[in-house]
Amino acid sequence: MDLSVKIGTLQLRNPVLTASGTFGYGTEYADFVDFSRLGGIVVKGTTLHPREGNPYPRMAETPSGMLNAVGLQNKGARYFIDHIYPAICHLPTKIIVNVSGSSIDDYVAVARMLDELEHIPAIELNISCPNVKQGGMAFGVTPYGASSVVRAVRNAYSKTLIVKLSPNVTDIVSIARAVEEEGADGVSLINTLLGMAIDAERRRPILSTVTGGLSGPAVKPVALRMVWQVAQAVSIPVIGMGGICSATDAVEFLLAGATAVEIGTANFVDPSVSEKVADGIADYMARHNMEHVSDITML
Amino acid sequence: MKVLDLIVKESCAVSATSVRMVLTAHDTLPDMQPGQFVELRIDDTPGVLLRRPISIHDYDKESNTLALLVQRVGKGTAWLCSRQAGDVVNAVLPLGNGFTLPSEGAPCSPLLIGGGVGVAPLLFLGRELCRRGIVPTFLLGARTSKELLCKDLFESVGTVYVTTEVGDEGVKGFVTHHPVLSEGDFNAVYVCGPKPMMQAVVTMARAGEVWCEVSLENRMACGIGACLCCVEDTLSGNVCVCKEGPVFNIDRLKWT
Repeated sequence: MDLSVKIGTLQLRNPVLTASGTFGYGTEYADFVDFSRLGGIVVKGTTLHPREGNPYPRMAETPSGMLNAVGLQNKGARYFIDHIYPAICHLPTKIIVNVSGSSIDDYVAVARMLDELEHIPAIELNISCPNVKQGGMAFGVTPYGASSVVRAVRNAYSKTLIVKLSPNVTDIVSIARAVEEEGADGVSLINTLLGMAIDAERRRPILSTVTGGLSGPAVKPVALRMVWQVAQAVSIPVIGMGGICSATDAVEFLLAGATAVEIGTANFVDPSVSEKVADGIADYMARHNMEHVSDITML
Repeated sequence: MKVLDLIVKESCAVSATSVRMVLTAHDTLPDMQPGQFVELRIDDTPGVLLRRPISIHDYDKESNTLALLVQRVGKGTAWLCSRQAGDVVNAVLPLGNGFTLPSEGAPCSPLLIGGGVGVAPLLFLGRELCRRGIVPTFLLGARTSKELLCKDLFESVGTVYVTTEVGDEGVKGFVTHHPVLSEGDFNAVYVCGPKPMMQAVVTMARAGEVWCEVSLENRMACGIGACLCCVEDTLSGNVCVCKEGPVFNIDRLKWT
């Protein structure tokens, strides 16, 4: 049985990745997960300069999900390269760095720095960040904004470039096509859905930022629909995510056209879920007499 | 850190809204320190996703048991409070860093201040201090005497003083109103309870230049320092309460 998949030049032993922001730098989960059984780890969003993130409270539990407003807290690309990379570069799985920025120049600068790292075979570009120079509107909400940042990063980055799409758009297919056109090797979706929670007794929003990103099982039907739409519209691989908690959930994304999946919020509920999902996909293939994981896809 | 199925040995109500549970496991429980916590999975409760962080109330290596105090505040804790002997609760444990214990033989006169369900970790801490030959003094606060949790257990470990807001037991008012704070000669203060209570105690500890640690309970998700949701804004920036805490020396906090 062959579970391996390929995205650009990135070879994964199986289609299961952990999603950025839910798995730290991997080492946090060392007691719970055998990394050699994962396709890869997408590490915490990294920006050019250190960021303190948003004030507390940053999290609200909602029905079958959670809202977060962490605000890309991280110590910056230089710190990552000097202090974190040496500790994770030999983990027995593929390490993908999620990259965020508030200007095209920032994205390009981080991509160039990461291009030099031997053991980072791919980056995932988070284009849901606000473009400070364009009045704070997110890059990823228009085909023009998405194209601009992907074009610039593509010219600066030689390895596998995955672009993570925002679901908070009118037509996600047009964004996916725009980034494919600019040379993205794959798209991953969905990022969190913009939401809000209010404490009725205290009569105020729960999150310090008022709004935040919704994730968890609550978003799965929306994510499946978007993955299905995008997979039909582009010829590059699609990485599906949004509420995956089990191998069955993951298989549904593969059926909808995804080449691989990312596990996010479920890591908080079961810290070893990613490994179980990988095992469960193999069981599913055995039950259905499938040779290769791509046989699952029905599109 | 381990993921373990815990088996409820006994569960009894200790107030109208709180339950004290004693749990064990087929495997040997990992060693635990006072101030550390567990994250419990909530099963059979539609819509509830995240684990609930609960501090370790007591731990006995010999009998391979731990005890938890759970206050019913929502659907998740309601499920926990309804567990009966023989039921299974899945836990990730032990999490976080515990209270700093005095080195063996060092002169220490500690005051352990707890409010509401925040008294929970102080029993385990008191036992550990006793093991080191130090008799702890507890100052426990509650709204009413009926909400004062497990007083008899604390009395079996050390000296207990009480305040209640309505004044039906002990000194009337908040823990900070109790004369033992000014009369006692304490050189270490450990605090766990509602944030306004902890802030008031911290103000007094700073004024008296007394060494003090507090246990925070910021809203958290992962419990292991991955999601960065439960941060406290400290003098060294935003740090995860779950991983760097939940116990902090007050010298690290920005609280004034």
